[in-house]
Amino acid sequence: MAAKKMAIIATKGALDMAYPPLILASTAAALGWEVQIFFTFYGLQLLRKDLSGIAISPIGNPAMPMPVPMPVVVSILPGMEAMATSMMKAKMKKKGVASLEELRSLCQEAEVKFIACQMTVDLFDFSKSDFIDGIEYGGAATFMKFAGETDVCLFI
Amino acid sequence: MQFDKEFDASGLACPLPIVKTKKALADMTAGKVLKVVATDPGSVCDMAAFAEQTGNALLESSTENGKYVFFLKKA
Repeated sequence: MAAKKMAIIATKGALDMAYPPLILASTAAALGWEVQIFFTFYGLQLLRKDLSGIAISPIGNPAMPMPVPMPVVVSILPGMEAMATSMMKAKMKKKGVASLEELRSLCQEAEVKFIACQMTVDLFDFSKSDFIDGIEYGGAATFMKFAGETDVCLFI
Repeated sequence: MQFDKEFDASGLACPLPIVKTKKALADMTAGKVLKVVATDPGSVCDMAAFAEQTGNALLESSTENGKYVFFLKKA
């Protein structure tokens, strides 16, 4: 039986939105699937060598559980995003949730193919040296070639 | 049940029990049995789905002292 295939377009760079592509990709790879992730716009953040800047914001995020009810006017104060991010990361660690770095390495070990969108790399003035090794650079046609053969194709 | 190797996934959350079970199986030969212990309640359904899709047989799935215990036979 031929291996199943999954293609994901990762477009978001916030902490909560960084997880789904990496969780699904690492899991599918563990199931023997062939997987590619196309990182575009803010999704490019997930390919940076240093992931410490990936954050979660309480602003415009009413579903985010807070230890105490917090008016929006408080969540816009300087430092609130950093505080929310460090609280979320601490909670994730306590609950045994993998770090983004760990999930990303597990994907790479399992030969998930990472493709950086060349157009947005140029748009945001990224340099290849900002990104981890072992990734490819391409455009929509590159993605469609693989996406057209997949069993599962997701836009995240 | 007899097993050849044990992997303790206690404390790990999705998708680590599955992804690391796959890694634990990697250096085993066909027919060998891997015991996996997990605390993630989601792993009960996940391990069955993993076995079904990878062809590794799930010989047993049970609960022991509040933990989930699986025996997988490498395909």
